[in-house]
Amino acid sequence: MPVEPPVASPRTLAEAYSLLADQPHRPVAGGTDLLVQITGELGEPPERVLDIWHLDELRGIRVESNALVLGALTTYAELRLSPLIAEFLPAFADAAGTIGAAQIQNRGTLGGNVMNASPAGDMLPLLLATDAQLVAGTVQGERWIPVREFWPSYRKTALQPSELLLRISIPLVDGRQLRYRKVGTRRAQAISKVVMALAWQADEAGGVAWSNVHLALGSVAATTVRAPATEAVLEGATPTEAIADRAASTLAGEITPIDDVRSSADYRRAVAARVLHRLIRDEGGW
Amino acid sequence: MSYRFFVNGDPVEVEVPGMRRLLDVLREDLALTGTKEGCGEGECGACSVLLDGAVVDSCLVPVCQVDGTSVRTVEGLGSEDELNDLQAAFLATGGAQCGICTPGMLMAAEAFIASGAPAGDEAIREAIAGNLCRCTGYTKIVEAIAQAAERRRAAGTGDL
Amino acid sequence: MTRILPPGTQELLAPDPLLVPPGSRTPGRISQRGPLRREGPAKLTGLAKYTDDLVFPGAWYGATIRSTEPRATLLGLDQDDAFDWTQVVVVTATDIPGDNVVSLIRDDQPILVPVGGEIRHQAEPLCLIAAADRETLRAAKRHLKVRTERLPAVFDPLASTEEFSHLEVRRGDLEAGFAQAELVVEGTYRVGHQEQLYIENQAMIAIPQADGGVTVHGSCQCPYYIHRALKRSLQLSDAQAVVIQAETGGGFGGKEEYPSMIALHAALLARKVGKAVRMIYDRHEDLSATTKRHPAVIHHRTGVMRDGTLVAQEIDVVMDGGAYCTLTPVVLSRGVLHAGGPYRCPNVRIAGRSMATNTPPNGAFRGFGAPQTEFAAEMQVNRIAEALDISPLELRRRWAYREGDTTPTGQVLRESVAAIEVLDAAAEASDFARHSAQTRHAREARQSGARLASGIGIAMGWHGAGFTGSGEVHIAGVASVELTDDGMIRVLSAQTEMGQGTKTIFPQLVAEELGLEPDAVENAPQDTSIVPDSGPTVASRTAMVVGGLIIKAARRLRAQVESVTDRPFVDSYREFALEHGALRVDEHFEPYPNVDFDDATYTGDAYPAFGWACAVARVDVDLDTGEVTVRDVVSADDAGRIIHPVLAEGQVEGGTLQAVGYATIEEIKLVDGRYLNDRLATYLIPTSLDAPRIEAILVEKPFSGAPHGAKGIGELPMDVGAPAVVAAIHDATGVWIHDLPATPERILAAMTGAPARGSPGVSAPAPKRGAG
Repeated sequence: MPVEPPVASPRTLAEAYSLLADQPHRPVAGGTDLLVQITGELGEPPERVLDIWHLDELRGIRVESNALVLGALTTYAELRLSPLIAEFLPAFADAAGTIGAAQIQNRGTLGGNVMNASPAGDMLPLLLATDAQLVAGTVQGERWIPVREFWPSYRKTALQPSELLLRISIPLVDGRQLRYRKVGTRRAQAISKVVMALAWQADEAGGVAWSNVHLALGSVAATTVRAPATEAVLEGATPTEAIADRAASTLAGEITPIDDVRSSADYRRAVAARVLHRLIRDEGGW
Repeated sequence: MSYRFFVNGDPVEVEVPGMRRLLDVLREDLALTGTKEGCGEGECGACSVLLDGAVVDSCLVPVCQVDGTSVRTVEGLGSEDELNDLQAAFLATGGAQCGICTPGMLMAAEAFIASGAPAGDEAIREAIAGNLCRCTGYTKIVEAIAQAAERRRAAGTGDL
Repeated sequence: MTRILPPGTQELLAPDPLLVPPGSRTPGRISQRGPLRREGPAKLTGLAKYTDDLVFPGAWYGATIRSTEPRATLLGLDQDDAFDWTQVVVVTATDIPGDNVVSLIRDDQPILVPVGGEIRHQAEPLCLIAAADRETLRAAKRHLKVRTERLPAVFDPLASTEEFSHLEVRRGDLEAGFAQAELVVEGTYRVGHQEQLYIENQAMIAIPQADGGVTVHGSCQCPYYIHRALKRSLQLSDAQAVVIQAETGGGFGGKEEYPSMIALHAALLARKVGKAVRMIYDRHEDLSATTKRHPAVIHHRTGVMRDGTLVAQEIDVVMDGGAYCTLTPVVLSRGVLHAGGPYRCPNVRIAGRSMATNTPPNGAFRGFGAPQTEFAAEMQVNRIAEALDISPLELRRRWAYREGDTTPTGQVLRESVAAIEVLDAAAEASDFARHSAQTRHAREARQSGARLASGIGIAMGWHGAGFTGSGEVHIAGVASVELTDDGMIRVLSAQTEMGQGTKTIFPQLVAEELGLEPDAVENAPQDTSIVPDSGPTVASRTAMVVGGLIIKAARRLRAQVESVTDRPFVDSYREFALEHGALRVDEHFEPYPNVDFDDATYTGDAYPAFGWACAVARVDVDLDTGEVTVRDVVSADDAGRIIHPVLAEGQVEGGTLQAVGYATIEEIKLVDGRYLNDRLATYLIPTSLDAPRIEAILVEKPFSGAPHGAKGIGELPMDVGAPAVVAAIHDATGVWIHDLPATPERILAAMTGAPARGSPGVSAPAPKRGAG
């Protein structure tokens, strides 16, 4: 039986802020990461927990001033079923469908994925590829944090202990294309070996140069990362074989994966390059 | 802290730490040992229960979040003398071997059938992908769920 | 419930020698499906009591303190003064009244390493702690410090100088065979660890008794192994040691020998505490400490003629036993005996050795050495077929054993040989020839840049039924059928139910023999104070060997009752019981006629009979990533007369998926002799989405030595699935993967010509510490 640290279950955001202002708490949303940690098998369990599951202010998916706003407590199951996601960001539904299986998707949340800050976090490359803004709150007010600044180092976030992640805002950009690919060990219940999101803008399909290219990857570095050198290869280019070759080799040189229990550095580097090559090839239609 | 919720339709109240896992509350505080622990980290699904109708791993749910909800476990399905149609289909097809994954598997299947989704092979497999079984190769489990779904569909549309 | 056999039906006594075509009705078996699983309703309602479900008021919780080094001298176990040790009980090696060994084959594995003794692997038990609650137990564990002095460790069995066993099988003139050969094909194949991954973790609860004895309830395959271990190490009489199997959530060999260790630990604690003690492993401890399938390195050198004739086989098998012997010599022996595959070859030499390494001991797992060596054998056949440009189906058809053929040990296969039948059944059901032509065409026409490739692969195998050699004679099992004084029929055996169906087929067999319905026959509990020692529930022996014993016992019971009542048993047994009281017939194992094996020379009849299996697998490979989807597997298996088709299919389907996992994703990496894949988040088995569609075809070639014609079924499918999948990967990609599992990492490296990295099952050294 695991350790059972004390927990507070506020019913309002104000109550939660005041608890956080008072002393540090580890928030628990759907529990799919934290409840594994209280077994004590993976390092020290948290000292004090804040149960945010009942905070309805952190729920809901809506469109607001040209952005899709997702409450931090949005579950993967909700992402898969949301008509707004299907309309504006279908890749998010695809990604949510690769996480765990029904049990995890019913409980795991987008906010939890962000705050867990794992370099293998399945949703995180999509947030980097779409220039998401993360909105955190304290009793003093709200703070908007660009996603590029959110994970400064391995398993760390930009939030202060008193701050709570409230929602994630994804700018909606006309003509943006977004692709997602996860390579895992099995078809469900698998942590990624490589996870990739690619976004770009093109005025019409095929033949036209890509702009505003964002390429983000997980499981290839200490945090989820963008690949700026590879993006530079793709920026202003069209999806030809020569460009795909260059982009793939640039990516292989740009990422810094490691050997671990799930895969090898060699494989991750090779597969990241090959998956990117395939994404470009599929767009180029050659 | 005291938490109140429903288990298989009956109101319960437990006086336990809020971070106690629903799994431990069911097994140790409520003596409902039908729900099993296989891994304690949401990988095997042996502890699956329905929380307000949604299938969850009870090893990953702190009881503080169960307050005010309705929980359904294997004990809430049919009895030994009167299995429900899903349990009966498992028995007839050979969907249960060692039986340790069975309670969780049944709950995932119940959630799937209740969703009303078409019970094709791939859909059933996706619905139970969070429930590991090491005995059956899943073949007979999928067959059992398809049978029960079809029976309920037929019953629901008056075909039976 | 379905009725099985009408009274007086005798067909099962005289096995029909004719092969039953796949899918057809078996003569003598009225029910096409068999009775419903006996304990099924309890399992389906959550009422079945597994060990952790058992409540013993006031029970304490036990924990094991383990080594965290692969090899060291244990200098001391230091109890931190900051902790109040009066609230817990600590057991060390000095608390063991009898022998400090886990009794099995060789007396090398201690129950607890004594101070001054040698630690031989990570996760080795050093001492035990029990407390009344888990919080105290956790605190106590933190305050106990283990002092050691590190010793050099060995991780590679090829580098090890410590041998557990070796053996050699020879037939014909190997040199002459190779001299004659027109083509010689060599290959080295490596397989890593595999975890049984029963979903119920290992668990034991011990209750001390007033007479100094102890009762143990637990999850296990072999109650009498535990019984022997308790008697010896706790110095108990037969009656003082009582072992009761709780409902067991899967075993697959993993609960053959390790439960003795846990039961000893629980019993030692319980006797010192004076209360019941629960030892319930969590998944991390179970994965870290309990036995795995033996890693192996297998080298083949095969001589063939251009026309495909097999003339010489030279095979070298090295198995990694881990730190202690456990069952390793027997695993090696089965591996060696199956290493040539089910093929006739005049000139054969198979040599095997099992070596010690400083990794946790390896042990029994479904197939017991045969999946390792048969993977290598089938890889070799498929590569030779490619080299000769002969279809792998056709080559097997030419090589496969027929009745009258002689195996490398000199065993003449006099009956019940179904190699060709399973081969044809699987090839036909899978449409192997047509798919094979299609995938070949697709491969040849494939453009560079294609993403997906499909492949089909075939493998066949054999599996000796029951114990190797004279094993059954040594076991000397006893099983009984009893007419109780209240007129019930009861089967008494130590055979455990762990999902495979013992509790269903035993009453079925006895009921058939007595002319009753299965519900009229009960199973006595697997409690050593009640049932006789009918031997362990291993080696696919339960249905064949012990099933045969209880049929004979039932037959004698019927004859005895009928000789008194002079009326048919079914009409008179209840009266008999009322009038004469209970009647119990004990049936002792008698050697199968004309089965003779010489353990010293490894010649003769290695098994009373063999089962035969063939698998055809179809895969899709993502050529970008090396990811494999196993789409479907057809497995045709001959286990003699099938007792219960639904349960038998369940064995084939489950075994096939374990083989698919072994082939593709089940991998253990080690660093410094420690498993890195020690959680369910890192040791991955196939989910329902990864599982192929599995078609089980039951081919029935009865064995006349068993009264019901049955052979073993459980292990058969495990032998053939992995090589079929790897052959299909080759068919799709053109590359041979010699090492299991065939991970995307290995496949992609092979496709891109990158050098292979690491050997399966061999630990990386400890990472260097400090600067630089």
